Amino acid sequence: MTMMSLCRLTALELAGKLCAGEVTQREAVEAASARIAATQGTLNTFITPDGPAFPAADLSASPLAGVPMAYKDNISTRGVKTTCASKILGDFQPPYDATAVERLSAAGAVSMGKLNMDEFAMGSTSETSWYGSVRNPWDTGRAAGGSSGGAAAAVAAGQVWYAIASDTGGSIRQPAAHCGVTGMKPTYGAVSRYGLIAYASSLDQLGPIARSAADCAAVLDVMMGGDPRDGTSLDIPAGKLLASLSGDLRGRRVGIPADCFGDGLDGEVSRAVLAAAEVLKGRGAQVETFALPAVRYAVPAYYIIACAEASSNLSRFDGVKYGWRAEGYGDLNDLYCATRTGGFGREVKRRILLGTFVLSAGYYDAYYKKALQVKAVIKRAFDEAFEKYDLLLTPVTPATAPRLGESLSDPLKMYLGDVYTVSVNLAGLPAASMPCGFDAQGLPIGAQLIGPALGEQAVLDGAHAFQLDTDYHRRMPEVTL
Amino acid sequence: MKITEEMVDYVSALARLKLADEERSAMAAELEHILEYMEMLGGLDTHDIAPMSHIFPVRNVLRADVAAPSMDRAVLLSGAPVPDGEAFLVPKAVD
Repeated sequence: MTMMSLCRLTALELAGKLCAGEVTQREAVEAASARIAATQGTLNTFITPDGPAFPAADLSASPLAGVPMAYKDNISTRGVKTTCASKILGDFQPPYDATAVERLSAAGAVSMGKLNMDEFAMGSTSETSWYGSVRNPWDTGRAAGGSSGGAAAAVAAGQVWYAIASDTGGSIRQPAAHCGVTGMKPTYGAVSRYGLIAYASSLDQLGPIARSAADCAAVLDVMMGGDPRDGTSLDIPAGKLLASLSGDLRGRRVGIPADCFGDGLDGEVSRAVLAAAEVLKGRGAQVETFALPAVRYAVPAYYIIACAEASSNLSRFDGVKYGWRAEGYGDLNDLYCATRTGGFGREVKRRILLGTFVLSAGYYDAYYKKALQVKAVIKRAFDEAFEKYDLLLTPVTPATAPRLGESLSDPLKMYLGDVYTVSVNLAGLPAASMPCGFDAQGLPIGAQLIGPALGEQAVLDGAHAFQLDTDYHRRMPEVTL
Repeated sequence: MKITEEMVDYVSALARLKLADEERSAMAAELEHILEYMEMLGGLDTHDIAPMSHIFPVRNVLRADVAAPSMDRAVLLSGAPVPDGEAFLVPKAVD
């Protein structure tokens, strides 16, 4: 096989060829390296490219053993620079691996390095990175989405066969939609967060971005499960998602929240997502529309909670224990201020200030406490929906990928773009983004499938069923070099 | 709600950030714009709803009380901007 045809395979297809001896591990890594070398200058997907020693993996370790992949740069990798795309972390090399990295390494994952992102995962376009913007492989004048833009663009461009990323308010699903690949945010607690550098701890969750739902199932089988080092991780048995994957949706009930198809949604996106419902029907699902009005409060509640938690989590970056320290400071307080002022970018500062404000005396009840009450309302609305439905189908984004620079001038407009994804994090639910079409400009469109808590199998079955009957997830961009 | 530059200064000091003059006035306007939007939450009646911090019931997480080695000090200090072999160095904080 040529290197380029290898890059078009799904992760499981490549794993199959590795096991059959049709492709060697070295050939797979060389194909990835060649593709990264050819497209990195254009796409800026990697912050720290890396490569394995050989033999890289024991091919019997898992169904994805030997397949080249990469990690978002907010996931701790022992001895490999981990920056969160921020100046403040400098050349920080974590002294330990995240639990997800440990588990994937033991399962034969072959890391090609660390992927670009919005600084501290704060952004929806991967433009807030200290290391420069990620470009969308479908149109290099456009953003790849965010915050995991490097991960989604790397998979879309065939640089790696899958990537591990984090999702706090849509950071896996939204860039997956903008780049035409499949991304999955698991139930809160399904994957250990140990070693994930925290943005908003009650919302953060790790998950895969890959070409297909089946690939995501295989990755989650390795990552999911309790971890004594993360007290919020759920004690659930090791995954059998891939082995149980079914394309038969007979008897499954799919609800379409009408409130997700109102004002502000692009017509082409709306049509593509509703056409996806027809494909699910063709696989046996019963589809109906229902009302879910609580989601209209999700964006403000999300940004209050996420920023509040961020303002606390990011207090650890002070120029003392790791990373970068400013020069020319006076006393200790001055050291903190100079380092944080010089080390954080504008969007991170904005969110720290917003979070500090909503937690400050006199404003706590009106903003933070209110947001936690709204979170309870949203959770209850989803609970009620899942009494009637096995899955919900919504858009991932109101429109296809924006032009570079378009979102940075108006932060509120950027936040509103997260309208379909953030409620899922507030309710702690599993959800996947799957490619469901292209707009007139040739840009990918994503559809979101949401399941009940620990309903990963239902979500992946829905996406897999859709992908058995469509080929959107198999299309690859011709990257303009 | 009006966000003044004094309010921005107050939260900046709490957050250990120091904004330049032009940054301060722009930030005040941006925060005001964002907070104004967030006030839509007032339209949802939540007077009988308990605030929810954890999505799943919180339970106490205990592990076996077994002694295990801590991470090596030299390894931890190797990532610090100014270590001295035993500690993180900072300007004198207590007279």
